[in-house]
Amino acid sequence: MLGQDLSVIAPELVLALYAMGALMWGAYAGRDASRMILWVSTGVLVAVGLWVGVHAGGTQTAFDGSFVSDGYARFAKVMVLFGAAATLALSADFLSRNELMKFEYPVLIVLATVGMLIMVSAADLIVLYLGLELQSLALYVVAAFRRDSLRSTEAGLKYFVLGALSSGLLLYGASLTYGFSGTTMFAGIAMVAGGGEPMSVGLVFGLVFLIAGMAFKISAVPFHMWTPDVYEGSPTPVTAFFSTAPKVAAAAMLARVLFDAFGNAVADWQQVLALLSLFSMFLGSFAAIGQTNIKRLMAYSSIGHMGYALLGLAAGTQEGAQSLLIYLAIYVTMNVGVFAFILNMRRDGQQVTDIASLGLYSRVDPARAAALAVLMFSLAGIPPLVGFFGKFYVLKAAVDAGLVWLAVAGVVASVIGAYYYLRIVYLMYFGQEVEPLDGRMPSIHWGLLGASALAMVLGIINLFGVESLAASAAATLVQ
Amino acid sequence: MSFAVFAFYLFAVIAVVAGAFVVFARNPVHSVLWLILAFLSAGGLFVLLGAEFVAMLMLIVYVGAVAVLFLFVVMMLDVDFAELKSGMARYLPVGLLIAVVLLVQLGFAFGGWQVDETAMSLRAAVTPDPAEVSNTVALGNLLYTKYVFLFEAAGLVLLVAMIGAIVLTHRRRAGVKRQDVISQMYRDPATAVDLLDIKPGQGA
Amino acid sequence: MVSLILLLPFFGALICGFGHRMIGEKAATYVATGILFFVCFLSWIVFFSFNGQTESVPLFRWIASGTLSADWGVRVDRLTCIMLVVVTTVSSLVHLYSLGYMGHDENWKEGESYLPRFFAYLSFFTFAMLALVTADNLLQMFFGWEGVGVASYLLIGFYYRKASANNAAMKAFIVNRVGDFGFLMGIFSLYFLVDSIHFNDIFAAAPEIAQTQFTFLWREWNAAEIAAFLLFIGAMGKSAQLFLHTWLPDAMEGPTPVSALIHAATMVTAGVFLVCRMSPVLEFAPGTLTFITFIGAMTAFFAATVGLVQNDIKRVIAYSTCSQLGYMFVAAGVGAYPVAMFHLFTHAFFKALLFLGAGSVITAMHHEQDMRNYGGLKSKVPFTYWTMMAGTLAITGVGIPLTSIGFAGFLSKDAIIESAHAGSNAMAGFAFWSLVIAAAFTSFYSWRLVFMTFHGKPRGDHHAHDHAHESPRVMLIPLGVLAAGAIFAGMIWYGPFFGNHERMNAFFGLPVHHEETVAEGEGHGAAPAEAGHDAAATADHGDVVASETGADAVHAGETAPQGAVFFGPDNHTIEMAHESPVWVKVSPFVAMLIGFAIAYWFYILDPSRPKALAETQPILYRFLLNKWYFDEIYDVIFVRPVRWLSTFLWKKGDGATIDGTINGVAMGFVPFVTRLAGRAQSGYLFHYALAMVVGLILLTLWLSIGSAG
Repeated sequence: MLGQDLSVIAPELVLALYAMGALMWGAYAGRDASRMILWVSTGVLVAVGLWVGVHAGGTQTAFDGSFVSDGYARFAKVMVLFGAAATLALSADFLSRNELMKFEYPVLIVLATVGMLIMVSAADLIVLYLGLELQSLALYVVAAFRRDSLRSTEAGLKYFVLGALSSGLLLYGASLTYGFSGTTMFAGIAMVAGGGEPMSVGLVFGLVFLIAGMAFKISAVPFHMWTPDVYEGSPTPVTAFFSTAPKVAAAAMLARVLFDAFGNAVADWQQVLALLSLFSMFLGSFAAIGQTNIKRLMAYSSIGHMGYALLGLAAGTQEGAQSLLIYLAIYVTMNVGVFAFILNMRRDGQQVTDIASLGLYSRVDPARAAALAVLMFSLAGIPPLVGFFGKFYVLKAAVDAGLVWLAVAGVVASVIGAYYYLRIVYLMYFGQEVEPLDGRMPSIHWGLLGASALAMVLGIINLFGVESLAASAAATLVQ
Repeated sequence: MSFAVFAFYLFAVIAVVAGAFVVFARNPVHSVLWLILAFLSAGGLFVLLGAEFVAMLMLIVYVGAVAVLFLFVVMMLDVDFAELKSGMARYLPVGLLIAVVLLVQLGFAFGGWQVDETAMSLRAAVTPDPAEVSNTVALGNLLYTKYVFLFEAAGLVLLVAMIGAIVLTHRRRAGVKRQDVISQMYRDPATAVDLLDIKPGQGA
Repeated sequence: MVSLILLLPFFGALICGFGHRMIGEKAATYVATGILFFVCFLSWIVFFSFNGQTESVPLFRWIASGTLSADWGVRVDRLTCIMLVVVTTVSSLVHLYSLGYMGHDENWKEGESYLPRFFAYLSFFTFAMLALVTADNLLQMFFGWEGVGVASYLLIGFYYRKASANNAAMKAFIVNRVGDFGFLMGIFSLYFLVDSIHFNDIFAAAPEIAQTQFTFLWREWNAAEIAAFLLFIGAMGKSAQLFLHTWLPDAMEGPTPVSALIHAATMVTAGVFLVCRMSPVLEFAPGTLTFITFIGAMTAFFAATVGLVQNDIKRVIAYSTCSQLGYMFVAAGVGAYPVAMFHLFTHAFFKALLFLGAGSVITAMHHEQDMRNYGGLKSKVPFTYWTMMAGTLAITGVGIPLTSIGFAGFLSKDAIIESAHAGSNAMAGFAFWSLVIAAAFTSFYSWRLVFMTFHGKPRGDHHAHDHAHESPRVMLIPLGVLAAGAIFAGMIWYGPFFGNHERMNAFFGLPVHHEETVAEGEGHGAAPAEAGHDAAATADHGDVVASETGADAVHAGETAPQGAVFFGPDNHTIEMAHESPVWVKVSPFVAMLIGFAIAYWFYILDPSRPKALAETQPILYRFLLNKWYFDEIYDVIFVRPVRWLSTFLWKKGDGATIDGTINGVAMGFVPFVTRLAGRAQSGYLFHYALAMVVGLILLTLWLSIGSAG
């Protein structure tokens, strides 16, 4: 019995054991091993990602059904693991340059990843909460990782306090739900929630509080306020990490809760998500326009993009879940590329995050500028790049689900949002000449930036098959 | 009114009042003391529920460790709470408004509260009869079998918290002298002690 | 072979346009010219070896969407063959001529590369024109139609540094759009009615369409009339018929070889070709045919009058072209399609000749185009003079009356005039007299051109006259070839086109004499229009179109009529024309003599006469000189209101309303919201927490109100 349970959680188990082993290794081998540990951790994340990816075999549950490993979870896990691995690989250069290379960093990232894997596999509110806390706690720490920087510390603290508040909301919602249904298992909640008669007010409140708690993690408006400050203050590799894997995990978890626990009450949560999505899309577009710091800009960008992801989820259909997964996959790919670029914006060895410093960058390094331009076009959702298809699937799902007004709003928001993406392209190609950035790019960064940009172009052929994979994954989530 | 009911209301009122004073007390040390009172009454409530083990944990962990740690921190940091609270008057009306709205809504929720009829059967871990199984055993049974995964996951959370605390606070300062037991033990008088022959009257 | 003819010029254009950097300018132009000559050779082979049997060769599928399907295909019938030889012959000669004419162009700076571009455009034009004439469906035809429009635009505006050339190019394009709109509407209406755009299907369904009424704009119309009328609007634009003719004279801004090729011999005749091609539909639209006759006659007359007083040598020929196109439309309008094609065929030779000759004169006179500055050039450019003389004799219609011996124009034009007299529609009489008068005018202005240019004393800049010299041989060879055509083309092909009925039927691949089949057709019952078919024809065109619109038509045995053109059962124009009275047959010749006599009197005997006449009749003179004030009237009616409206829409509509709104949103509202969002992002933790709590409360409120309501 236990053996079988352990086999279901094998990826999480392996990663957790590795994290503890790495902790020991680092503690005994000292600082010199940090770099090695970072690369080994990256390798382990990739290996586990491949393992989860090729691992077939239907839906399995463990621990009395509180933990589930199905196609949907595996799809999300692969995204999480690869996203984490990519951002970890990106961080090596930055960390050693800024004397932040400590072995705790990769260990914390791996532990956060374990938390995320638990989140997407959770079929029980307690499991969900523990996964979430495991992830969040590690993130709070890495946000403040640069402890000699006031901004970094402030970012960590803000994230921590607001995160605690959101955890409180989540727990309150979980309590209300438990109080009404008598169980924390999603399957049990699904039996009492909805299904014909309207949900009781208490359960509705529980649902809203749960959504609010999780919306904080994916920085949906109005639970987004931490995002710009934390993104700006954290060390850049941490920002890169924040904008990829945790977003995927939280969005996937939200979809899991909504479909598995409240799948019979779509009408109740649909309007909540529609509102969150609407506000996120517009705030992401509007507020980003005024930004001069590229990390803050990416923060608003991720708020906006999460709005689109929620738009797909708000559809409340299998098509919607599929579009969510596609959107997340594309979003993660794009962000990895963009941050590979941002990490190398340096002048005289100093990290630069001012957007104006990109003036006429196309003359300094045409290849890099072209890659970033492709990514910006893709982020803006301009056809025929892959970013457009992400938006297309989401909007289509929303329209098919009858949320035409929301889809129209999404298009309007994306037009407004295109402004600030294109402004970067404009600056790079037609802007004012400034003292050029001179950061040399490590080959792994080049590889990820190039691959990401290339994927945006080549993916238009068949999206690398993500569409059908996401369809089968969504099918296992939505019955 | 039986004694149990009386005790329940007593502890409940104390807990709520103490909670309010935690917030409103001017002196931070007083706040922590009120907090300890709130913990104590919560412990009392657990006893009333027949959960002596949890009640003891409440006392030992929260009162004994957490609250005392809070006390230390508050006293060591010497934060001017009065200044922090100076903005309170300004935001109080807004805060109250929000609180009232939330309260009214929750009132609606609880006013129309009804537990689903299937809820009792859906419970995952029904409390066993205290007469048969002792508190500690019952908890242990659950924690180490059914909820072993959660238990271990919680352990991981604590591990992360520990790592975090160390990473964020621990620093290697230059010039700090540490005790190195092993080197102390292996210290060889032959190399460590130098005998000098000093002529009388010439010493400094 | 036809597909080879179709595609080779395209490759020529590509090689010349894009490959000239690789193979050199000279080689590129030679390649384009060589290809054209080869294509011309193939075309003549096709022309002579064609057996009268209509063939459709689909090359590949172009569009398939629902019931709409269009292939790139080649339809070979007599019309196509005629157009093939006309297009490729003139085009190849013009290519050759251009080698000389465009060799040193002072519109371009030293070292500028313009020749390959010119030849690429020419070859592209040829390709588009061939696509047009070989089309087996309306869409491909439209492709060619627009393709030649584009080529024409590019070539008229070839001297893009000249403002007048650019304006003329735009004018040509825009005026053509009006016609093209009609053509498109015609295609749409036919597709709507027949559910297909293939000629075979449309022709098969034509009788049925004639029975169909459909609502268009405000009332019910006969479907065939509407479709035919709309198609004719297209033809009017392309062929510069009255009301849509204004672009043609301006198009003379283009290089002279272009005028010869596009604006005389080929493109402008596309309208005539279209009308003949669609004859199976037109035969069921008598109203439209009457209209065509009227417009053709009016154009012939109008353009001839304007041509009388023009002084620019190219404009005279341009108006002459316009007038001759009117002749062709009259022929088509009265139902004598072979005659229209005959004139198209001969006209291509002599009009291209006249243009190229004019080009030769212009080069000799250092780009002087005003005839008032010519005079006495006969001895300077003798070869040009004699070829021009051949062209003039052809256009004025010199020949021996009542025989079939004469210059090309004599045979074809007289055939038109006889057909007009024999025509049965309401406008035929009017058309006949207009054409006879126009013939007199034609003779006058043509001779006026010759006399003013080659005879009399040299006028104008004597320096230019001193240096006038004969053109190089590459320019003279095309002149010679075309002159031969202008002299003999009419006599050689008079029989098949008009003169001999049996040969005509064989030539156009018509099934049988339709008079015999009227009786036979009664067996078909309620579809009298089907009467024109030989039963055997069914085998060729088995695809039956069941048009839902023709409710009361009989569906059995619907096939496309055989042959390149189609005569309705009541169309006896050509037979009647053969039996015209003698005075009718002689009348154009007499008109020609009168025109010649007056021209001789005015410009040889008494050169002061024209001026005196102009002074005594100032109103008439100015009326003609200003081309009946068409441009001015259009300016008042269309151009100015449109410009006013555009300015209004631009300043108020676009500038104030749209830009204003967008600017307002983009520069006012968006930054406002952005500032707001920025201010909310205060950095204070409790603000953030407050936002979360307020957001949560609003969500719960929304839901509880939602669930309560």
